[in-house]
Order: sequence, then C-alpha cells, then structure tokens
Amino acid sequence: MSHIILKSENISKQYRLGLVGTGTISHDLNRWWHKVRGKDDPFLKIGESNDRSTKAVSDYVWALKDINFEVKRGEVLGIIGKNGAGKSTLLKILSKVTSPTTGEIKTKGRIASLLEVGTGFHPEMTGRENIYLNGAILGMTKTEIRSKIDDIIDFSGCERYIDTPVKRYSSGMTVRLAFAVAAHLEPDILVVDEVLAVGDAEFQKKAIGKMKDISRGEGRTVLFVSHDMAAIKQLCSRVMVLENGKIAFSSTADDAIKYYITKSIDITKKVDLRNVKRSKGFGKQLMITDVVCNGNDTNKNSYGVTGEPFYFKVKVENKSALSYSNISITVSVYSFAGNFLFACRSDCIDKVYTIENTHNEFTCFLEKLPLNKGDYYIKVNCSNAGIMYDYIEDDITFSVIEGDYYGTGKLPAKKRNGVFIDYKWV
Amino acid sequence: MNNSTEDTWLYTISSKHKLIDLNFKEIWRYRDLLLLFVKRDIVTVYKQTILGPLWYVIQPLFTSVIFTLIFNNLGQIQTGSVPPFLFNLAGITAWNYFKECLTGTSDTFTKNQNIFGKVYFPRVIMPMSITISNLLKFGIQLCIFFCFYAYYAFQGSTVSINSQILLFPIYVIMMALLGLGLGMLISSMTTKYRDLTVLVSFGVQLLMYASAVPYPVSEAKLKFPSWFVPIVEYSPFTQIIEGFRYMLLNTGTFSWTGFLYTLVISVVVFILGLIVFNKTEKSFIDTV
Repeated sequence: MSHIILKSENISKQYRLGLVGTGTISHDLNRWWHKVRGKDDPFLKIGESNDRSTKAVSDYVWALKDINFEVKRGEVLGIIGKNGAGKSTLLKILSKVTSPTTGEIKTKGRIASLLEVGTGFHPEMTGRENIYLNGAILGMTKTEIRSKIDDIIDFSGCERYIDTPVKRYSSGMTVRLAFAVAAHLEPDILVVDEVLAVGDAEFQKKAIGKMKDISRGEGRTVLFVSHDMAAIKQLCSRVMVLENGKIAFSSTADDAIKYYITKSIDITKKVDLRNVKRSKGFGKQLMITDVVCNGNDTNKNSYGVTGEPFYFKVKVENKSALSYSNISITVSVYSFAGNFLFACRSDCIDKVYTIENTHNEFTCFLEKLPLNKGDYYIKVNCSNAGIMYDYIEDDITFSVIEGDYYGTGKLPAKKRNGVFIDYKWV
Repeated sequence: MNNSTEDTWLYTISSKHKLIDLNFKEIWRYRDLLLLFVKRDIVTVYKQTILGPLWYVIQPLFTSVIFTLIFNNLGQIQTGSVPPFLFNLAGITAWNYFKECLTGTSDTFTKNQNIFGKVYFPRVIMPMSITISNLLKFGIQLCIFFCFYAYYAFQGSTVSINSQILLFPIYVIMMALLGLGLGMLISSMTTKYRDLTVLVSFGVQLLMYASAVPYPVSEAKLKFPSWFVPIVEYSPFTQIIEGFRYMLLNTGTFSWTGFLYTLVISVVVFILGLIVFNKTEKSFIDTV
C-alpha cells in the first residue's frame, strides 16, 4: 500500500449546459427575461440536445462522477473510453488545468502533463529558444534543460534547423521537436494524452519506444490516455475503462481492451446499417445497407472456421437514379484489440463495379479464412477513387472457430494475433 | 502505517481553495519560465520589422509631437516654464507604461487559453512577465526622454529635477501595480463576458484624457466645468502622472496625502485583482 503515489478520491466534475460558452451579458439578460415570463431558456438548445421533460435535471451534467483509483509507483495506467466518457476531463483535473467540483487527488510527487505537444511554441523563435520555453512551460528549470539540450536536439533529429525560427519548420519537424522536449521531462508522474498519434511511422515507433523506456527503465509513473489500443496494449500494465464519467472496468490491459471493444461493439445483436452513424461517406448516394459474414447470421453473431471458405456479402443500395461506375468495395478486418489485420479491396485485384440498379449485392470470397480463433470486426467502404460513398466502422462483427488451416491438425501460434498465410518450405 | 502514508501526501488537487492562494514557493520554482516569457515578449514583438526596437521610441515621440501641436499650439494649454514637448513626452512616457501593462494583461486568459488549457503553471506568471517586459520598454522610452531633457537643458530652458525624484521607483511600482491589478481584474471578467475587451481599448484612450496626460492639473482646474474637476483631480492616474512630472520637470503640485492615497489605491487594486485572478484561474477554462 505504501507504494501508492497517486490517489483519487471521489473526483467529480460538473458542467453546466447551455451557459458555458454562450457568451455575452446580452445572452444572460435574454435568458433572465425568458425566465421572468415563464418561458424556456432560449440557450438551452445550444450545446447538447436536451430532454425537455427532464429540464431541471439536465441543466447540469456530470462529466465525471465519483472517480476513485490509485496508482502505484512505476505503474503505467491506461485510460480508455469513448468520446465524451470523461477521459479528457480527468486528465485536465490531473494536470490542474481545471479544478474538480468535488473530491481530491493526492499525490506523492510532481505531476507533469502532456495534453498536447508543443504547447507555447512561438513561431518566431528558433528551435533552440523554443526548447527552453516549452521545457519551462512543462515545468523544467533552465539548468535542467541546459543539461539535456543536446539529447533533446539529437532525439528530435532537427539539428540542422535548430537555430531557424520554428515557423519555417515542416509540421512534422515541429512535432518531433516538441515531443523531444516532452520525452525528456522527468516528473514523478507523467500524464499523457494521445500525443503519440503524431509524426510519421518511424517517429511513432521512436515515441512509443521512448514511452516504454520512461515507464520501464526509469520506473516513472505514467497515466496514458489513448484510442490506440495497440499502443495501450504495448505500454500499460493496467487499464481503466471510463464510461459516461464513471469507471466501468479496471483490469489488465488485455481484459480491459476486450471489455471496451465488446462494449462498444454490441456483438449480440445485428445492427441495422441504415441507421448507423457515419463519420465519412454518409451513404447519401450509395448506401451499404447490410453486410453478411458467411451467410450464417441468424440475427446473431456470424462465424467462420479457420482454414474454411468464407465470404462477405455486401449489399449496396443506390439511392439515386444515376449510374455509378468504377466502384470499389473494401472490407477491412480488425482484431478486437484494434489491430488492422488485412483488407480485401476489390480495385486492388482490378475488380470494379458499375452500380445502376437500386439493390446490389457484392460478394468477396476467401478460399481459406486465415484467422485464428477469436472475435473480429470489419470496416466496409464503398468508394470510387477519390470519392467515399459510404463507410461503416465498428458495427459488424464475426467470430472465428478454431479450424485446421494447414490440413495437418497443427497451427503455428494458437494464442497469438495475426493471420495465417500459405507458404512452402523446400 | 496507514496514518503515516496519509501524512506524506505532497500535493493535493481539490475543489476547495483559500481566498488568496498564492503559492510563492511555486512561483519561485517557475522563475525561469517567468524570465523566458519576458524574453519571448521582448524578442518576438518586432521580429521581421525593419525598424525593430526603434518602434518603442517612435510611438511616444510622434504622439508627443501631435499633442504639442494640438493641445499647446492649437488649444493654448499653458505648461509654465517647461517646454510643451518635454511636458507631453514626460506624461506620455509614464502613461504608456501603465497603458501597456493594463492592455497587455487584460486579455491574459482569453489570449492564452490554448496554453492554459493544456498545461499548468502558476497563471500569475503570465501577467507578471508582461509587466516586467514592459519595464524594459519603459526604460528605453525614459532614456529618450532624458536625451530630450538634456537637449532642452542645454538650450537654456528652465527644467530641473526635483528632490522628490527619490520616490521615482515607488511611482514605477505604483504604475505597475495599478496596471497589473486592473489588468488581472479585467482579464478575469472577460473569461465570461467579452464586452470588457471592447471597453478596454477605447476606455484606456478616454482615461488618458481624464488623467491629465496632455495638460497640467492647474489648467484643468481653471478651464474644466466644475463637475469634471474632481474626476481629474482625484483620479489615481492623475496623481501618478502629475507626480511624475513634478519629480522630473519640477512643474505642478505634489502632496504627501495625494501620494499615500494613490499608493493605497494601487495596492488595494492589485490585491483585489490578485484575488479575482486566483479565483478565476481554477476553472476559467470551463467558461472561457
């Protein structure tokens, strides 16, 4: 128990709807005038959709409610959750950007927060000057920065440009420099938001590696928020799932990620794709109305068998009277840990479709399903070169039952992720 | 065992806070940041300009010329034995420092919400750095003032420094406190209502005319309508400007009561600003 370095007790944060950010006195007066006449608050409509019947209650919203947790020294705690689950609010409270409505957080060390890289970078100043400024903003002293400046410059890989104003940098270089500063912070507790999702692949690898060093080698306590399940899995020893401002689940990384993905994708019930919210495409002209995995969906989760034939049947509805040519359909398969596994893209094998009729069906055949036992989800899109007509994420799942891929009764790696491929040894 | 661990918590983040929660130790810890902000403010203002820091000098000089033309030549305001240009320059130099502190700090929260929303450091560092970096600007402008001072003295004008010059540092501190205090008050209020930002830009302009910058208080007493005289006379800004000219040019009046009155007001405004600022900094990010 004595190794506990951070303890959160009943942390709650309340936000007031409607009022926040609506601006000027005139609004407040208007609101007051409506109230006097016994009418509805005209600004309640702003911000969130409000249920009129619960008006009195819905004036306030709890972004976080009674959050209790402890972090041990040297532990890397991951925090995951959907948008609006309260992750950022929790981080803001931890980094003292805003104060909690109730509750207390006690720590046995200094917290440095990294909610963004490059906070306070001034475009007119040189890279070197910005290292000092940014480092000081993050809580380092000048002597500390001076002793590390060579490492920082080296890590960023921007040595040639270090005495050039940052405004001349490419955006990637700015991010590298900023992360380099952040990576050399040495607080007792480090709070990190999704800062790893920046830079090119090489740099991301470097960043994750550095994060690993920080937590493992140097024994620093890290609180890490991310949507990147792969990064969470790599880095965190324990993961906390937030849901609607409460801690829904807290366990090892694997279990928590599984819980989170199972929760966010309801595998027990088939979703009506017509009503699914889209982030891209929106299905205005061509809409993916149904996806059948292996034809054995009985309103439940569909399944396949490792090494057996498998297919995806994608139904597309043409909502206009027009004809669309050069249409490519893609099915991408992801593991429940959020890792991309493979994609079946029709135009990659020179198969494009012309859609004229209202109802269309396209089928993708897999001779041997190359997946291990487990649950998977797919993303499906329907596009024409640059135009994305419809894009379905996260809503279609299927499971795989263990089978005999190589026909030998043996499988190379039973518990590992990835896919099986055909190969030959000679 | 449990008790002993409870006792060793070093930091607490909680919803409760005291009226004045100024952690001087923390501000001291962040002193490097303060200096770096000062450096940033000074270095970056005139980057990519041809005249660079010369702009610090040009602005008060031109304003003084215009003031002299309008108020002294056209408006026939008497400045006694002191050359009008020097009289105006003294007033403007002093006023500029106050003005820069006020306008610079009055948008602390709104201007820095990007930084404040991402990282914690004692927020008061920001307005403090502005006040300090303006001090340098003030110093440069003061040098220019003394150049002209020497020129006029050489020309045979009757200008002389008064023994009250010893109070000079206190006057500077009073200006800084007033500017900083008011600035912090305004910046705290603008987190919710932006109206004040509009008010500040032209309010400062109006305040300058009400604070005896382009004219001596004696002229104001003679020529202004009687209801307006006390507004000018008892404004702490008038006291500062008038005191400033008294020290440097030996013109106008000086009274210890007026001096103490201004000192008290400056300190009160500053503390008030600090309290409100402290209250706001905890959660302004939710309302800004």
